[in-house]
Amino acid sequence: MVPTLSGRIQTRLFLLATVGVIVTLLIVPLLPGPARPLGGRYVNALLILLAVAVLGVVWELIYHFLMQFRWEKDWPTLFGLLTLVPEGLLLYFLLRSGAVDFIDPVPSAAFWMHFTVVWICVWLVANGPMRVPFIRWRFRGGRVL
Amino acid sequence: MYPREAQLAPPNTPAPAGDLTPELLGAAEWSDQMVAAAGIPMYDIPFLTVGGGMGSFVTLDYLRIYGVPTSQMKVVSNIDTPWQTYEFLTRCSQIPRSERIRSDSASRPDNIWGFPSYGLQETWKDKTPAYLWQLLTEPLLNDYWTPRAGTVFESLEREAKRIGYWDMLVKGQVRMVRRRVGGGYFTVVTPPEGAAPTKRIIFRSRFVHLAVGYPGLKFLPDLQEFRTKHNDYQHVVNAYEPHEQVYEFLKTRPGTVVIRGGGIVASRVLQRLFDDRKKYGLQTQIVHIFRTFVSGSHGPHIWARRKGGDGWAYQGFNYPKSVWGGQLKAQMRKLEGAERAAKYKEMGGTNTPYRRHWQEQMRAGRSGGYYHPVQGTVDRVERSKDGRLVSYVRSGDGIVREPVSDYIIDCTGLEADISEHRIFADLLQNSGAHRNPVGRLEVERHFEVKGTASGDGALYASGSATLGGYFPGVDTFLGLQVAAQEIADDLARRGFVRKMGPLRSTSQWFKWAFNTPL
Repeated sequence: MVPTLSGRIQTRLFLLATVGVIVTLLIVPLLPGPARPLGGRYVNALLILLAVAVLGVVWELIYHFLMQFRWEKDWPTLFGLLTLVPEGLLLYFLLRSGAVDFIDPVPSAAFWMHFTVVWICVWLVANGPMRVPFIRWRFRGGRVL
Repeated sequence: MYPREAQLAPPNTPAPAGDLTPELLGAAEWSDQMVAAAGIPMYDIPFLTVGGGMGSFVTLDYLRIYGVPTSQMKVVSNIDTPWQTYEFLTRCSQIPRSERIRSDSASRPDNIWGFPSYGLQETWKDKTPAYLWQLLTEPLLNDYWTPRAGTVFESLEREAKRIGYWDMLVKGQVRMVRRRVGGGYFTVVTPPEGAAPTKRIIFRSRFVHLAVGYPGLKFLPDLQEFRTKHNDYQHVVNAYEPHEQVYEFLKTRPGTVVIRGGGIVASRVLQRLFDDRKKYGLQTQIVHIFRTFVSGSHGPHIWARRKGGDGWAYQGFNYPKSVWGGQLKAQMRKLEGAERAAKYKEMGGTNTPYRRHWQEQMRAGRSGGYYHPVQGTVDRVERSKDGRLVSYVRSGDGIVREPVSDYIIDCTGLEADISEHRIFADLLQNSGAHRNPVGRLEVERHFEVKGTASGDGALYASGSATLGGYFPGVDTFLGLQVAAQEIADDLARRGFVRKMGPLRSTSQWFKWAFNTPL
């Protein structure tokens, strides 16, 4: 799928709300860290997912701008994977600095494991299986609506 | 025996029953009575596609998957399999089944979802994880991964069987499509000799789809002139026609070949010449004439700059990738008239992919003194005293070169005007169709031919003839699927078939995956 700006944003929000939530529900009990009630950990993990979505809208604006320098106005598969590094780092430091105070600090290992697994699952689905139920999605620049 | 004259029909005899009559030929719209009076057998079929190549196949595939039974659709064609013409052209232009075509991994005409991609399929089949690495890193660290021609044809055959393609095939040559009084269309077909009692048969349909491919090859004018003047079709050849004699000749003695054109076909032909040179230890000299010699990145501003060099403009596929679904597709969809033509011009131009292997071959050829790329326009081609070919090449800097060669291969891939095809010529003249801003057939966003509506029926077209419309990548695998989807959704709006939502799409995908016949 070669995205348009609205397609990028829609795909991100849609996949985080579906694949992201499912993967989070599955993975949270397995994350390392101090023993805390599972409910609280779930809420925290879902809030992190929400932060990825909200910050992501800004990231997508930046990616869209950078894409304009490419003749084909495409976004190679590898970019979709590697952008996890800047996005992960920014969120990690925002959490560490306490700038996002409604999310409890999480141990580094737990954060990175959660973030990376969700990212890779979303990326894998966007690069293939997404086209199975949504046959118009790839021809509409990633728009779901 | 009778004298010869007696066997010829006298000049004013009316056409035999079952053929077109002057009344039919002269009328823009036909009634059922007019057709009946001409004695042409008439068959009803709600949806008819004309062509029987990739465009017809992809459209039928979509509609079969959407739920239209084979009894509701027919395809009229003069070829036996949908890939026959495509395979002929690719083979001529040096892509046998074992070689890779220039197409994206997820553009697969046998699978409307594009999943799993050809890349995944070949990885599984060949047990070669290196393909996955290439797919992951294309086009940054690697060339684009592209499928083997053989993979494409084999999977098309599987899908054609699955959807019952040959149950829908009618052999014949379509002569014209005319609007029907009261709605729908008549399609006049000339069946193969002896296949029908009359010279013509007619299909009466609510919907007709035209996917007749390229109207024809067009030669560079100076080469056409030479061929006609000297009646020589052996030494001046088009890369899209069989020209194996060139390579065979070069195996027997050292020779020089002039190549014209800077597109993918020129790259392919070059590769064949370089490969043969190495494989058989040949001395072939190659003079490559670029009309537009690209020496580096080019484009009006930093946001519209394409890479290039050594004569070529580089691009992964035949259009910038975003025409099939990204930004360019979205932009073009909104443009009309001159603005649309300008956008086509901006992204157009002959180009070829940057492939590392080709780059090495050309580098070796330049440094070895046997590959000579030059800029120039050719004024004329003449025969030298010893029977070889002299090209008079004028470069932009005023230098005139006169390379002498044994063969000239035209790789420009020029296409003839749509009016060269009699179906389009007839449509333009009689059925209200008109040309788009780049001179081809103007279609709606849903690929209905503008101006040809007839009652509750619709006439659609896809493929090369519609280049210049709201969607640019029409003459590509994925472009044919974009068109087919638009057509299928339009037919759903008109109540001919149910629109396909996520659940039905998923269940249909499983049927594809398990090769369940539809």
